[in-house]
Amino acid sequence: MKKQLITLIALLVPITAAAAGGASLPHSMEPDLQDQASLQNGMKLYVNYCMGCHSLEYQRFSRAAEDLDIPQDIVEDNLIFSADMAFNDQMHTALPKENAETWFGVTPPDLTLTARLHGTDWLYSYLLSFYQDPDRATGVNNTVFELTAMPNVLEPLQGVQEKVCADADATEGGSSGDSPDDNANCKSLEVTEQGQLSPEEFEETVYDLTNFLAYVGEPSKLQAQALAPKVLIFLFIFAVIAYLLKREYWRDIH
Amino acid sequence: MGNQNKAKAPRGLMRWIDARFPATQLFQDHLSHYYAPKNFNFWYFFGSLALLVLVNQIVTGIWLTMSFSPSAEGAFDSIEYIMRDVEWGWLIRYMHTTGASAFFVVIYLHMFRGLLYGSYKAPRELVWVFGMAIYLLLMAEAFMGYLLPWGQMSYWGAQVIISLFSAIPAIGPELAQWIRGDYLISGITLNRFFALHVVALPIVILALVVLHIIALHEVGSNNPDGIDIKQKKDEAGNPRDGIPFHPYYTVKDLVGVAVFLFVFCVVVFYFPEGGGYFIETPNFEPANPLQTPDHIAPVWYFTPFYAILRAITFSIFGLEAKFLGVMCMGGAIAVMFVLPWLDRSPVRSMRYKGWISKLMLALFAASFVTLGVLGVLPSTGGRTLLAQVCTAIYFAYFLLMPIYTRLEKTKPVPERVTG
Repeated sequence: MKKQLITLIALLVPITAAAAGGASLPHSMEPDLQDQASLQNGMKLYVNYCMGCHSLEYQRFSRAAEDLDIPQDIVEDNLIFSADMAFNDQMHTALPKENAETWFGVTPPDLTLTARLHGTDWLYSYLLSFYQDPDRATGVNNTVFELTAMPNVLEPLQGVQEKVCADADATEGGSSGDSPDDNANCKSLEVTEQGQLSPEEFEETVYDLTNFLAYVGEPSKLQAQALAPKVLIFLFIFAVIAYLLKREYWRDIH
Repeated sequence: MGNQNKAKAPRGLMRWIDARFPATQLFQDHLSHYYAPKNFNFWYFFGSLALLVLVNQIVTGIWLTMSFSPSAEGAFDSIEYIMRDVEWGWLIRYMHTTGASAFFVVIYLHMFRGLLYGSYKAPRELVWVFGMAIYLLLMAEAFMGYLLPWGQMSYWGAQVIISLFSAIPAIGPELAQWIRGDYLISGITLNRFFALHVVALPIVILALVVLHIIALHEVGSNNPDGIDIKQKKDEAGNPRDGIPFHPYYTVKDLVGVAVFLFVFCVVVFYFPEGGGYFIETPNFEPANPLQTPDHIAPVWYFTPFYAILRAITFSIFGLEAKFLGVMCMGGAIAVMFVLPWLDRSPVRSMRYKGWISKLMLALFAASFVTLGVLGVLPSTGGRTLLAQVCTAIYFAYFLLMPIYTRLEKTKPVPERVTG
């Protein structure tokens, strides 16, 4: 029986790995829902830089305020800009759909579940991967999401980022004739004109924003993390007692 | 058994009830005087665990229906409403989604136990057949439940499965339309699946579970040695190798329940998405009939059969490959129903069967798992070939069973259970 189980596990491991591996992303991040300062900063960034276009259809201001420990008056004074919106409302954008489509060609998607749909690594990488592209109407393109309709709204913080081609001599077999954009050597991005933040500070900022969206994707995770140890400790003790009870009953069965 | 009942006649309220309803009688027949073999091992935990998960699904399901909105416009939103605004809604929902996968985990292990120790063989054919009917309905139940969140994979998964019916010659397209209730999967489909998922199928499944247990208790439980414990009885007429189910197996199963719940809760609290296998990530996007996902994979518990379906890439006798695939997929499940009549071995347990049976069971289990894995992955030439080989092994295990179980040399079966 053990042999069969081992075979089963051995069969499953490479498959799970294969199924999990998608396109490789340039950056990765590990959300930390216990880091309230990060989540609070993320919410501030979200409201200031994202909510102009993107809704969080299922996320209430009040729930975020409670979970992230932000007092109601601070939320009402600093994070709710529209007179039509109340503390208990969901975080809807004020941008009408029709305008959004005229301006960007698409309605900016709702971001409540984006972190769960695409993963936080994708979100984090995407926000860090804008670069100058004069061919685009927005003036920017993105290596993670080619031809994205979204402008680089964080540019004032990040500065201007450009695609840099590695020295053709330094890499072997650099084929000539490709357009620079398609060239495999032109993968790295570099800030050529710094914004308000240094590259390190900017990465932290994007981390906080992504962390907040990870929270928004599944606010119940905070409750789950708080409840889990209690339930598991109870079940462990229960299992031990159940085992001792079983042993006692079975003492005379041979 | 009847004599003992009279010896310990209950008094007071219990006597009043017993005069009107056989409460004590039922308790004794099915628990305190139901003699089960004393040598149950690890594999025997999964029957009671299946019952536990069934109760979990029903209770959490009832609470979910209190807040779920079965309409194309409201379903997705109501799931997020449950996840965020309903008190403990997230826990109830994750217990239900994790419970669905847990159900198939314990059922597959429970069925494997049956294969291992020949629990389907006479006189337990009906126990097996009722069990298979439960399994079949459970698949329908899970499939219909999977449409309800109205996510992208819910929608397109259902689209793929229902379109299988359209492969049936002549009546196919109309049949698929009849199932959907519409030209494409729509709110109408969602509503009927909701009705079937929460009312019709659970009633039938519960009834079948009762039949499964009544049939089992009529003939008595099998054991790892596959021998009949009723052959050797003591002076009181009880099997010498049997022990009353209650309290012995109730306390033992309680340990299994505790360990199971521990693992279950780790998943519910820390990995509710099950790595994208319990809740597939495309389901975090509402159903969009105009946009097909890049890769449609059914939930893991259907993937072995999905792989069999995709393995048939050729036509024979003028029958289309898709139709043949559907036939093979249906056949893969149908053949399990007749298993009790395919096994011609004089012994029940794998412990005393010959090496061919052992090899065939190992090959069958390995190919079932391989098919399950292949069903998750996009198909390539090599994978299709592997799926074809595994499909052949799957069917060979069943269809050649009448031959190899009769030919092989079996070991002598002991008189009494060996533990």
